[in-house]
Amino acid sequence: MSLVEAKGLEKHYGDDVVLERLNFSVEPGEFVTIVGASGCGKTTFLKMMLGTESITKGQLLVDDKPIPGEPGPDRGVVFQRYSVFPHLTVLGNTIIAEELSRSRMFGKLFGPGRRKAREAAMERLTQVGLQHALDKYPHELSGGMQQRLAIAQALMMKPRILLLDEPFGALDPGIRQDMHELVGKLWREQKLTIFMITHDIEEAFALGTRVWVFDKWRDDPQAPQAYGATITYDLDVERNREDTPSQAKQIQEDMHA
Amino acid sequence: MKRLINLKPARPARVALALLPFLLIAFVYLSASSARLAENPNDRLLPSPAKMADTMQGLATEPNVRTGSIPLWADTAASLQRLGIGVGISAFAALVFGLLSGGLPLFRAPFSPLITVVSLIPPLAVLPILFIVFGTGELAKVVLIIVGITPFLIRDLTGEALRLPEEQRIKAQTLGANSWQVMLRVLLPQLTPRLISATRLALGSAWLFLIAAEAIAAQDGLGYRIFLVRRYLSMDVILPYVAWITLLAFIIDQALLWISRLSFPWYHVDEGKS
Repeated sequence: MSLVEAKGLEKHYGDDVVLERLNFSVEPGEFVTIVGASGCGKTTFLKMMLGTESITKGQLLVDDKPIPGEPGPDRGVVFQRYSVFPHLTVLGNTIIAEELSRSRMFGKLFGPGRRKAREAAMERLTQVGLQHALDKYPHELSGGMQQRLAIAQALMMKPRILLLDEPFGALDPGIRQDMHELVGKLWREQKLTIFMITHDIEEAFALGTRVWVFDKWRDDPQAPQAYGATITYDLDVERNREDTPSQAKQIQEDMHA
Repeated sequence: MKRLINLKPARPARVALALLPFLLIAFVYLSASSARLAENPNDRLLPSPAKMADTMQGLATEPNVRTGSIPLWADTAASLQRLGIGVGISAFAALVFGLLSGGLPLFRAPFSPLITVVSLIPPLAVLPILFIVFGTGELAKVVLIIVGITPFLIRDLTGEALRLPEEQRIKAQTLGANSWQVMLRVLLPQLTPRLISATRLALGSAWLFLIAAEAIAAQDGLGYRIFLVRRYLSMDVILPYVAWITLLAFIIDQALLWISRLSFPWYHVDEGKS
């Protein structure tokens, strides 16, 4: 059974059609990377997955049920910026997930409860290599470390679906490589289903098992708003590993055309 | 020669430049004062520093014959108590309502327009109403401060809550937070340091309302004293009292800043570089 399914999904803002004709089904454990020109609705799609953007037409299903209209612990998220809480330390930023789920009244744990939560948080932080920066505030961390923290935080609730909105867009190329390895490792270990937006096509092919290209399916110069973007390419990367460089090049050329 | 915008004073020069205007003012006052006193030794308008020190020593050490208390300290205690209660209640109310208004759109919808209109009412214009309703005792003075600064604080905190990145609220929800927890663990800790800095700005107004209320109806207080001795043209009391109020305001302001820096280091990241 597929985990996420879209049937004729559409998003309009008034008369502007942003997304339309979205039909897909994603199996558990897939790593979907999404590329496309700026303003083609990639982030809008991710927001619909999060539940912060309403659906105009069609269906978006998780486990055959309509996706809830608000964010929840089953769908973790890492944004490009503002993903961690500036007022909490590294440890505080991860432990808060346990605290929110276990202490509904105060959102804060003390004593044995806190010790247990701390252990869980330490395990996650060790996975992302932040075990030596527990008492640092986010502003004291580099961009790459902040994103590591954001990933550790997002995985605390053991979400089945992880949504990544250009998480490495602001990072240096060298650090980006480290982050690719980290995300790849966590994806395999946690058996996550990941949707990741990126503007870097090489990154899309390097990380994803499936690459989606979002683009307008038809362009009317008289009415540029009339047609929205859809998935114009849906490539199974695993099966075509050897072809991917040429495919990546082809897509890059199409996008710049 | 560097451009003017790139010329920065070194530390000793900066201290000297900071002191310069104060020294200038002191010099201008002293020369004007001694010029007037040379013409008329009984001049009351610009008293000499010795005369002011003498008067203040009396006010700070000798008990008032009628009440038995020492005027300067009794005035200071009365004013600070009113200011403290007024500002304290205002800050607490602002935090509660700012949190509700900034966190819950359903609360904000009816509340925010109301508070915008209320904040435009000139507080001193409703002072007579406060005296009529609450009498001329302590309550009216405290309420004037509350009426005067709470709407500003609430608007500031609501705005700050809305300026926090939407990503933070979404993130908290993906970590399983309910509405109450988002307000408690995401908004409240980030609004508290903002409350301190907004309160620092509001303290100027709070002093204004306090002294206005004391001037009109009070038996003690710093504002009461100043307006009492005005009848006798006692600049030797008024000037030191003004300096004393300024000093108190400065100490309160710096204490709040210190508390904020100590408790919320992450809030003060972008400052202190100038």
